[in-house]
Amino acid sequence: MSSDQPFITDESQVVTETRDARMTGQGDRFNSRLREAFGSSPFILTKFDKFLNWCRGSSMFMLQFGIACCSIEMMHTYAVKHDLDRFGSGVPRASPRQADVMIVPGTIVSKFAPRMKRVYDQMPEPKFVVGMGSCTISGGPFQEGYNVIKGAEEVIPIDIHVPGCPPRPEALVYGVVKLQERVANGEAAPVTVKPYELEEFSDLERDELVDKLTDQIDDDELVMRYNFADSP
Amino acid sequence: MSLERPDTTDDAAIERTPDELEALLGDLVVARDDHLNAPGFVIRPDTVQETLRTLKQQAGYDHLSVVSAQEYENRYESIYHLKKYDDPTQEVSVVVPADKDHPVSESAEPVFRTADWHEREAYDLIGVEYEGHPDLRRILLPETWQGHPLSMDYDKDRPQIATLPEHANPLEDHHKDEESDTMFLNIGPHHPATHGVLHLKTVLDGEQVVDVEPDIGYLHRSEEQMAQSGTYRHQIMPYPDRWDYISAGLLNEWAYARAAEDLADIEVPEYAQVIRTMGAEMCRIAAHMLALATFALDINGDFTATFMYAINDRERVQNLLEDLTGQRLMFNYFRLGGVVWDLPEDREAFFSDTRDFLDHLPESVEEYHNLITSNEIFQMRTIDTGILPPEVAKNYGATGPVARGSGVDYDLRRDDPYGYYDELDWDVVTEDGCDNFSRLLVRMREVEESAKIIEQCVDLLEDWPEDERNIQANVPRTLRPDDDAEIYRAVEGAKGELGIYIRSDGTDKPARFKIRSPCFSNLQTLPEMANGEYIPDVIAALGSLDVVLGEVDR
Repeated sequence: MSSDQPFITDESQVVTETRDARMTGQGDRFNSRLREAFGSSPFILTKFDKFLNWCRGSSMFMLQFGIACCSIEMMHTYAVKHDLDRFGSGVPRASPRQADVMIVPGTIVSKFAPRMKRVYDQMPEPKFVVGMGSCTISGGPFQEGYNVIKGAEEVIPIDIHVPGCPPRPEALVYGVVKLQERVANGEAAPVTVKPYELEEFSDLERDELVDKLTDQIDDDELVMRYNFADSP
Repeated sequence: MSLERPDTTDDAAIERTPDELEALLGDLVVARDDHLNAPGFVIRPDTVQETLRTLKQQAGYDHLSVVSAQEYENRYESIYHLKKYDDPTQEVSVVVPADKDHPVSESAEPVFRTADWHEREAYDLIGVEYEGHPDLRRILLPETWQGHPLSMDYDKDRPQIATLPEHANPLEDHHKDEESDTMFLNIGPHHPATHGVLHLKTVLDGEQVVDVEPDIGYLHRSEEQMAQSGTYRHQIMPYPDRWDYISAGLLNEWAYARAAEDLADIEVPEYAQVIRTMGAEMCRIAAHMLALATFALDINGDFTATFMYAINDRERVQNLLEDLTGQRLMFNYFRLGGVVWDLPEDREAFFSDTRDFLDHLPESVEEYHNLITSNEIFQMRTIDTGILPPEVAKNYGATGPVARGSGVDYDLRRDDPYGYYDELDWDVVTEDGCDNFSRLLVRMREVEESAKIIEQCVDLLEDWPEDERNIQANVPRTLRPDDDAEIYRAVEGAKGELGIYIRSDGTDKPARFKIRSPCFSNLQTLPEMANGEYIPDVIAALGSLDVVLGEVDR
């Protein structure tokens, strides 16, 4: 940094400078420590991808998505004291179409998995997922449950897992910052096998169960088929 | 704690002995099957309505707490746990056995409206069919589910299919006729105002609600199965924290602790009861703060001031709870027979932190009154909207702030005392408005009452002699309650009457573990409050009910 004076503490000086700058035109108003770091050259040379990834990682829009216990800690992470906004992962958006990042905060059960997949599909690319809590890793304390999907990764790909039951807000902040780092470095999420897909009923392989349900479900209705015997 | 009920003769509710009740029911009673908490009368499956109507109208049992169903080797059984709103220590169980091959039993829905959902749940999970039920379909599991998961021959590993039918075009299919312009609208299951994964199937006529039907089960994570596969002593206690997860953990743990302690006849030391009482009321404050925060969010809009203020106060009380229990949200602090450890060292610092919080609280409550209850817009949205008359609330089995906001003076901490509540000086809060505003006021005033309770507990704990600080009773390493003992016990959770029914089978795990969730009954009242109102009132009514889906779906 070329600036000798890191901070100007005298407020009257700031006000004067700002006013002067307005009167004389552009002046120093657009100056910044970053700008000074570049020195006399107004240009930087970088790869476009790298620049774009830096932008993506620095400003992430979260999806307001509450499922279970973890969503309470997620709310605390957004709110005062922990304030996730400090890291550029701002206030949550209610619509999936405005969001980049989905935090999955809780247990996924049979009835909800198709809906979660649908919400995930509605988010625009590129999109990222933070799995919050043990339930999204393996089903957590409810792993033995007859109705519980053994981890969110059975349904959608997950970039970062934050363990805990529930994770503390600090842990979630750490997870989100790690995700931002990865995004800024252009690291892609690992390709995962998703055993449960949303598909049309007529596309399912015919078996005993499908035959039994033919009267109840239309051919073009979207369904998700769970193989609990093969789950980890 | 003794299982005998105090002999109170209120003129509104004459207490009858079990024999008098049996005489009242006459030929309807086939046999006696007494539970630890109440006399139990076995009746024939086709006389359910007659029996319940007699008990309701002639003996004053006006509160159907819960319907718990289960399967035995040779029969199915539904139990109707009845109580009185005026005196919940007067209980009676109506036991209805049903045939093993064709489990059919008469529905209680025409007598108690609340039986609607409870019987649907019993049908869904156990497989008992209720004759005369208006709408008997699955409630928690997808409609295409195969088998009844808590029945004996259920195969957990079989494949299942869940559907996503919501992509149908709602505009075309839901026109009532050529002239009408009703419209079908899905609210949820992913929606910021549903407080979790609740799905409201709403039919609108213009901007007015013609019909709203809550569709639940998006967070049904088999809590009852989890409890039934855990041992009494240690493995069940972590789960109650996750039923009502709005920081009401200790209140939920108390529900299980109370039922299991009475079942196994464990006496809790007084010192532990004071700590329990203090911790539970801290949880109640935290839970009501979040109810206030999210309600303000629903009414006032985006992430605004009230939400941040209330979360700030929640952080304070969570810090105290973290000092006490070691966790922010899932405390796992109670043990059967007491609590896991004593107050944190150094005690003086903990007491002074608690007192600081209590000193600060009146100022915060004042701030909330300035921010919301005296706000004109807020009043327009909440006063005289979402009306729930007391008789309707009772018919639906509503409890907690929802019932007290309708003027029903029912609080188990006072009416069926447990812990240290009956030694302390505090009041039950009721409001007569029956609307959204009253329910909010009840919560805000309850926060102040909880603060009074905590303050008295802190005084007691400070002066407690050092050599009498007994935090746990002597409890056997493995608990095996008597074979075929049954008990239903409830405590006043943050949302209302949170009850547990346990049947033991002589092993160290419960044979049947049924959770009576207050939110489940409270949510049932939503159509009563919302039908005919405008759509923003539905959101306000839902917010004022303060349901938590973890507890509704279990």
